[in-house]
Amino acid sequence: MDFDLNDDQRLLKDSVDHLISDRYDFEQRKKYAQGPDGWSREMWAQYAELGLLGLPFAEEHGGFGGGAEETMIVMEAFGRGLVLEPYLATVILGGGLIRRASSGPQQADLLPQIASGELLLAFAQQERSSRFNLADVQTRAVADGAGWRITGEKGVVLHGDVAGKLLVTARSAGGRTDRAGIGLFLVDATDPGVTRRGYPTQDGLRAAEISFNNAAAVALGDPAGAIGAVEQVVHEAIAAICAEGVGAMQCMHDITVDYLKTRKQFGRPIGDFQVLQHRSVDMLVALEQARSMTMFATVMSSEPDAATRARALSAAKVQIGKSGRHIGQETVQLHGGIAMTMEYKVGHYFKRMTMLEMLFGDTDHHLKLVSDAGSLF
Amino acid sequence: MDLGFTAEELAFRDEVRHFFRTQIPESTRRKVLEGQHLSKDEIVESQRILNARGWAVPNWPVEWGGQPWSPVQFYFFQDEMQQAGVPGPLAFNTSMLGPVIAQFGSEKQKREILPRAANLDDWWCQGFSEPGAGSDLAGLRTKAERVGDTWVINGQKTWTTLAQHADKIFVLCRTDNTAKKQEGISFILCDMTAPGVTRRPIVTIDGGAEVNEVFFDNVVVPYENLVGQENKGWDYAKFLLGNERTGIARVGYSKAKIKRIRELAGLELDGTEPVINDPKFREKLATVEIELKALEMTQLRVVANEKNRAKGKPDPASSMLKLKGSEIQQTCTELLMQVVGPYIMPYQPEEEGRNEPLIGPDYAAVAAPMYFNYRKVSIYGGSNEIQHNIIAKAILGF
Repeated sequence: MDFDLNDDQRLLKDSVDHLISDRYDFEQRKKYAQGPDGWSREMWAQYAELGLLGLPFAEEHGGFGGGAEETMIVMEAFGRGLVLEPYLATVILGGGLIRRASSGPQQADLLPQIASGELLLAFAQQERSSRFNLADVQTRAVADGAGWRITGEKGVVLHGDVAGKLLVTARSAGGRTDRAGIGLFLVDATDPGVTRRGYPTQDGLRAAEISFNNAAAVALGDPAGAIGAVEQVVHEAIAAICAEGVGAMQCMHDITVDYLKTRKQFGRPIGDFQVLQHRSVDMLVALEQARSMTMFATVMSSEPDAATRARALSAAKVQIGKSGRHIGQETVQLHGGIAMTMEYKVGHYFKRMTMLEMLFGDTDHHLKLVSDAGSLF
Repeated sequence: MDLGFTAEELAFRDEVRHFFRTQIPESTRRKVLEGQHLSKDEIVESQRILNARGWAVPNWPVEWGGQPWSPVQFYFFQDEMQQAGVPGPLAFNTSMLGPVIAQFGSEKQKREILPRAANLDDWWCQGFSEPGAGSDLAGLRTKAERVGDTWVINGQKTWTTLAQHADKIFVLCRTDNTAKKQEGISFILCDMTAPGVTRRPIVTIDGGAEVNEVFFDNVVVPYENLVGQENKGWDYAKFLLGNERTGIARVGYSKAKIKRIRELAGLELDGTEPVINDPKFREKLATVEIELKALEMTQLRVVANEKNRAKGKPDPASSMLKLKGSEIQQTCTELLMQVVGPYIMPYQPEEEGRNEPLIGPDYAAVAAPMYFNYRKVSIYGGSNEIQHNIIAKAILGF
């Protein structure tokens, strides 16, 4: 048992931490958000240069050969910076799906393009009423010669507005919630059958509603048997956003404690008041419990047994959801009015944390999964 | 980062697990797991079995019977002990007095006290809290006056756990009234049979009497019963209280509790359905399990971090373990009551030689008393509010 980073991981952490502290302060972030894409192409090129865009890919695919721990290091730093770029959509979800679901030649074609920064991806999975059930898929895939045609509506597709290619879950067989019959399809975003409506999300990132009307597609792997790969990649993404959440929670806590020590009322720093000290201690406990479960999630995200993996990742998501909500609300409350303003940083962490809680299943959803799965021990 | 354990560590875990489950009497372990009180003889027997194996005082210096274990080995020892329902070696002897004597006592004290404490030949109790000195322990007023070659002790201690079994007591006494309150305290040893020592049991809300008041009325003890230096007792007390580290979370114990709750929830019927089939109950149970899993990981992080810390300095993170660990233990007692349902209501105190059968299922009688009793865990050993203060000061720098 060892929670320390190895030398390579420490190097990675140093360089990502530096990048974020040098290039991603709150004012810079604001500027990136006002750009045409709502994020920074320049930063994207920086990530490519540092090797972050190929972090989880094999070296033969232009990657770094990193595992879940390396992703955790990067995502935690991105959480501190409130990073806007489509890293989750392109590298974790897009790259992950290509690695887990597709054939060798498709990987050799697509992964190097992600690593170099040329190709942006988005995962079009959510449907209007599917909520968090990955197997609830009404979008249809129909064979068309060697390829496929996709028809259906996908919603809240993270960074779906800028992606060059879309990874779409669609049903080639079976009923609405059958696990069998779901395939994963690659659709060119410029296909005439694709209509996109991009928009900002509450936390200042981007998403899109996307309609597919007989859009041309190729299947990644088995056109009726992708659900296992989709679940695995979503588990990896949950581990990644847990780490992002820990980065955000850490910042909220640090900023709050600093604020309590400097903000004066009644002639003294408000941190002199025991009630506020105790509440910031409760925030710390929530943060450390979340950090612990993120480490657990990181290790368990590569667990081969799907049921064990699912239970562990759901447990982690519950902890991150609860800790995040507690820390977010307390951050705003302990600051007072200043935290209600757009111009102050903490409110943006609070909003990001709220979106992370909803992403890939909210706290109640995952609590139900854990409680139906039997003991965690 | 590696959450796995080495083959040697796992072999150690298996060794202690096997020992606990084969050498400690099953009747004793079952009582612990079911939440019943142990007799003095059962506690003594269990500690002597551990001591014979060299495991009663692994935390002591090696020359006095300690083990040169790694933090991970200590973790497994405690976790397996708690999961198996083995009563821990008596804390007053092994984690409180023993380390203080080994560190600050005279050679004579070490020779005379330590082996007997390890084997539970002497049962020690702790004379710290007073009616007017709880969280503000340094405000204590029990007085020891030097008279020739003796100390004369006058005053009152309270919350003295298991004093009814005790042969001896270590007492924090005020020996200098003029100094700052922390600087006038001495650490003195006393026989419970000394003339002038009286004990009165305190009946707690669960109906039990595990704690006591102890009165000192002109009790005379030899001067050499002083531990370390005069007026340095507060330092020794802090050392003693800081010695309780990761075990304070009682993760292994809560794991055993949850396992039992799950079992009973499979037996106990609501109509024709076992309680475990109720999705709301299952979600409550899952909520505690998730918190416990997170706490287990936090505890392992504290354990792993011990190698980076100065030896003997308590990690303020252990205050977090205590906060969370006590909440979880208390929640477990609530869940157990919920499983049992209306049959928590009959009041059936434990009795020797009970003739009539228990009312309700045999696991029902302890459920409510355990809930009442466990409110103590967020009060003793530094209340959770004090733990908040410690973290605020030591970690957050307020």
